[in-house]
Amino acid sequence: MPWLLVVPAVLGMAFLVLPLAGLLVRAPWSTLPWRLSEPQVLEALRLSLVTASMATAVCLVLGVPLAWLLARTDFPGRRLLRALVTVPLVLPPVVGGVALLLVLGRRGLIGQWLESAFGFSLPFTTAGVVVAEAFVAMPFLVIAVEGALRAADVRYEEAAATLGASRFTVFRRVTLPLVAPGVLAGAVLCWARALGEFGATITFAGNFPGRTQTMPLAVYLALETEPEAAIVLSLVLLAVSVVILVALRDRWVGAAA
Amino acid sequence: MTLRARIVVERPAFRLDLDLTVGRGEVVTLLGPNGAGKTTALRALAGLTPLTEGSIELDGVRIDREPAERRPVGVVFQDYLLFPHLSALDNVAFGPRCRGRSKAEARLLARELLDRMGLAEFASVRPRRLSGGQAQRVALARALAVEPRLLLLDEPLAALDAHTRLEIRSELRRRLSGFDGATVLVTHDPLDAMVLADRLVVIENGAVVQEGTPTEIARRPRTDYVARLVGLNLYRGEGDGDRVRVGDLAFAAEEHVTGPAFVAFAPRAVALYRARPDGSPRNLWEGRIDGVERHGDNVRVHVEGPVPVAADVTPAAVAELDLTPGRPIWVSVKAAETHAYPA
Repeated sequence: MPWLLVVPAVLGMAFLVLPLAGLLVRAPWSTLPWRLSEPQVLEALRLSLVTASMATAVCLVLGVPLAWLLARTDFPGRRLLRALVTVPLVLPPVVGGVALLLVLGRRGLIGQWLESAFGFSLPFTTAGVVVAEAFVAMPFLVIAVEGALRAADVRYEEAAATLGASRFTVFRRVTLPLVAPGVLAGAVLCWARALGEFGATITFAGNFPGRTQTMPLAVYLALETEPEAAIVLSLVLLAVSVVILVALRDRWVGAAA
Repeated sequence: MTLRARIVVERPAFRLDLDLTVGRGEVVTLLGPNGAGKTTALRALAGLTPLTEGSIELDGVRIDREPAERRPVGVVFQDYLLFPHLSALDNVAFGPRCRGRSKAEARLLARELLDRMGLAEFASVRPRRLSGGQAQRVALARALAVEPRLLLLDEPLAALDAHTRLEIRSELRRRLSGFDGATVLVTHDPLDAMVLADRLVVIENGAVVQEGTPTEIARRPRTDYVARLVGLNLYRGEGDGDRVRVGDLAFAAEEHVTGPAFVAFAPRAVALYRARPDGSPRNLWEGRIDGVERHGDNVRVHVEGPVPVAADVTPAAVAELDLTPGRPIWVSVKAAETHAYPA
């Protein structure tokens, strides 16, 4: 056995697994049902699920066509655009939140106009949470779908064209069904990212219970006042992550094996 | 004439330049080695590859400026490319649906076509559950469902195994003869080409090298590639009316040709002798054995010499003649089985 590889590998594994085990060990199992049914917890959970789902919907509606544009067309600046699309992936989420404030805030470039034209303002609203989550999560979807599109056989699209299908019909009836597994995987990943979003949300949307206080924000807040509640909320998020991992095991975990 | 096309497609280090006319109900086969430009020609006709120059006219209407989805063209692709997420029926109904038929109409039409192909019971089956032959018939039905004036088939038999191929080839021939538009088929297999085509167009390096009925091409090849395909020995020489000179040799042939001429004969018209045969047979020379290989029931012997030649002999003759590579051997060809024609 090459110990120089095995020892760090085991340490690395412990480093990844132990904190999660600690979470399970320290969980207040006896008071768990009661804690979970607390209105504050339920409210945060509901808000998280709703905003993450809406953010995923936004990402699907905008991100799938964007992925198609990047994968199937050629225009000057396409590579630059592709790089820009992935920026939120590496950007610290807090910076994303600040950037969103500067553009969509009350005094922001677009926000100012939104306010004067429609009397409508995004920051510190539930819609603001959706915007922050979508901003951070969309690159995951775009990259997954673009990868699926590049891997798909374009000859099927050509076959559809010779049968009289317009480009949009080709996309709807051939391309999309062929890359459906990729879109689904991207959507799940995007949803998980949106669910865990913290930095951009708290910066752009604030921390108002029932309106913008999602699970991660609630965990952070509870940690100072009620550590047990923080553990319970964390357990819920951990459970969600595990469920997603199981759902996608064939696509990623399996593919790597 | 139904199809009249001049197809020029230029790419780095490749130029396809092809004139093609196909009549109503005629099946023209583009035959050529890999990389000759056959598939490119087909893609250009379908509108999937833009023309660099030229034009495509179908029933007197220019279609080369139209995008693929507006051309009255049906394509059977190599590997068929049936949509994996749709049933056989929906694959066939796809075209009519895209060309404006209602869902019910499109499905009715698709069902009729599948019926005619003998595939009624496979209507609801997904493509991956179909055999190669069935998939090919679904692909043909799908292409015909848009009522094309031009039918294009790219290597329609290449995906089939040798067993089913024979049967499917003659079946395809029958179905193609039932189609009244123009058909262009691409293959690199000479047997497929001979069976399926009314007329053959042989392409090498992006240009037509020979054109004619399968019988003409099989009898009078004009390039080494075609000669190899049809299994003939072929030489280019100079005819003086009596004989055709090829280098130092002079071939006596059935036909009398003056000027540049081809000489062709089958390997079975060649006889081999260990010693110079008695009498004075014509078309006689001495060579050296280059190689021996099995060829059907016979043995094909390659002989080098003033001209390289392939000869077919029986296995018994191999032992008798002691055909080991490098051994000198006498070669003679019957004048009655040697054909000469103008180059």
